[in-house]
Amino acid sequence: MRTEGGIEPPSGFLRVTPGNDMSTAEDSVALAPTATLQSVRPDPSFLRRRRIVAFIMQAVLFLAAALSVLVTVGIVYVLVSESAKFFAHVSIFDFLFDTEWTPVFENPRFGIITLVSGTVVSSLIALLVAIPLGTILSIYLSEYANSRLREIVKPCLELLAGIPTVAFGYFALLFLTPIFQIFIPGLSGFNLLVPGIVMGVMILPYIVSVSEDAMRAVPANLREGAYALGFTKLQTATRVIIPGAFSGVTAAYILGMSRAVGETMVVAIAAGQQARIAYNPLEGAATITAYIVQMSLGDLPHGSLAYLTIFAAGLTLFLMTFTFNIVAFWLRRKYREVY
Amino acid sequence: MTDVPAPVSTLAPVKVDAATLVRQAKRSDARFEIIGLAVLTLSMAVLLLLIFDFMFDGLARINVDFLTNFPSRRPADAGILSAWVGTIMIMVTTALLAVPLGVAAGVYLEEYAAKNFFTNVIEINVTNLAGVPSIIYGLLALGLFLQTFGMGQWVLVAGMTLALLILPIIIVATREALRSIPLETREAAYGLGADKWQTVRMYLLPAARPGILTGAIVGMSRAIGETAPLITIGALTFIAFLPPSPIQPEFPFLNLDWLFSPFTAMPIQMFNWISRPQAGFHINAAATGLILLAMTLLMNGLAIWLRYRIRSRQ
Repeated sequence: MRTEGGIEPPSGFLRVTPGNDMSTAEDSVALAPTATLQSVRPDPSFLRRRRIVAFIMQAVLFLAAALSVLVTVGIVYVLVSESAKFFAHVSIFDFLFDTEWTPVFENPRFGIITLVSGTVVSSLIALLVAIPLGTILSIYLSEYANSRLREIVKPCLELLAGIPTVAFGYFALLFLTPIFQIFIPGLSGFNLLVPGIVMGVMILPYIVSVSEDAMRAVPANLREGAYALGFTKLQTATRVIIPGAFSGVTAAYILGMSRAVGETMVVAIAAGQQARIAYNPLEGAATITAYIVQMSLGDLPHGSLAYLTIFAAGLTLFLMTFTFNIVAFWLRRKYREVY
Repeated sequence: MTDVPAPVSTLAPVKVDAATLVRQAKRSDARFEIIGLAVLTLSMAVLLLLIFDFMFDGLARINVDFLTNFPSRRPADAGILSAWVGTIMIMVTTALLAVPLGVAAGVYLEEYAAKNFFTNVIEINVTNLAGVPSIIYGLLALGLFLQTFGMGQWVLVAGMTLALLILPIIIVATREALRSIPLETREAAYGLGADKWQTVRMYLLPAARPGILTGAIVGMSRAIGETAPLITIGALTFIAFLPPSPIQPEFPFLNLDWLFSPFTAMPIQMFNWISRPQAGFHINAAATGLILLAMTLLMNGLAIWLRYRIRSRQ
């Protein structure tokens, strides 16, 4: 925190501040060439006004910062209170262990495991793509690439990260899936494989940026020591840099996982809307996010059980990403402390 | 590295040839360099492929009619007038809410906050908010703004939701910009007799402006393509009218009714067209996506250029 190690404005009486904040200190000196200590002393009413303004502004700034806490409180409140209404009708045991998800049927069943399985399978596919590629790319960028190449590549990765997810969804459904179907005969039009791969590409820039940060935070003398022992760049990377940046690199993977779990539009467009246990990635299955989108598109009567399901599903999603985020936060803080 | 003569080992018959070792090491390094370049090329290729796919599918569809028509049942007559007007109105609302709030929170955390428990809570909280999936913000808006506060499916609600979504981005950018200002600037301001708020207003915020602007642009480009939270709060997909104009000929010349108008937006329109079976609508979706893509790429490009300029000036 800056205020800790930094400086505070002086609070003594010897401020040579002029009568209003628009004029400069020279004015007041020019006006009173034979200034005694008394006469350079600023106008007390100005000081009072300034204190009031400073106090109000500090309060306003604090409220803005505190608002971010209110957002979290709001999220938790909404998800928990609506889910509580849901769990008044459905037992938590059924919610966790039922294997069917048919909330709008005559005999509704609410096995969240179906939606979770779709989310987990598509996210794992995304990680299978993003972790190897992301690790190779971040090693390459932090250890091999010269600074000029890095200057070009990093902005390009940012552009990739900035593409709207709905565009990735279109790309997955209408461009990649037909191409993949040529090579994989059993692939359905809606499947988990292609959206998973596309999500992998989407989270790649994110993983690269976090893990490259961690790798570059490893002190140069460790690197030089390794070179002096005759390590190649690759050996340095795998035996010195990655172990040194381990918590940061792991945090990158976990944050990538969190992104993939919460990703909505790609799976809502390209993974289909059928809620079932997703053991076969070649077929479509609804994820938690896709289900929420699907239900929101229809006109749900507020307060109905089907309406409450999206909050119960949302709470599940929030708990998953929250866990990932907290673990990643803790890991990143750890590597910052090490160096 | 120079070639070292192989050590004459009397213990083991294994001959360790340093030259071979060096050659092997160099080869493995070169191999990884090729792998790295290949991965790099692959990821850039995906970016290009995606852009080309949208251009190939949608470029021919973009014309004046497409931009000035309302949605229609016939793909060839459908246009995105209500969608792009809605997007612009939502973006204006989002920017007006998120930028002041985000900058204020960033200034507080960087310049004012004492290192105590509550500050720590706010910091962890901002980090966590940045990782909350966007659809959860949609559920927040649905449960809080619509259900609890009784607001409707308005442009204002969409703007508020997206503002909360991009708040962490702007907070982080503000803090980074402030952190890069040397301590001497603050000392000099205090030395001239300025108090903390005067220092922030007259010296720090002007100096941090380019960095804040960069963050705001990145945040807005994120908001412009966001679809999921707008779906949960009930963006309509078929809107054949425009929100009331913000400017009117009579006094007071400004009309805020548009804030309370139902809306659609470009990503929503695009999503709707993708989910239809007819190929004609897919072309429309590609054309909408191409415009969206161009906007986000331009905004991100602008942010990158700004950041580059800030760095080269320092």
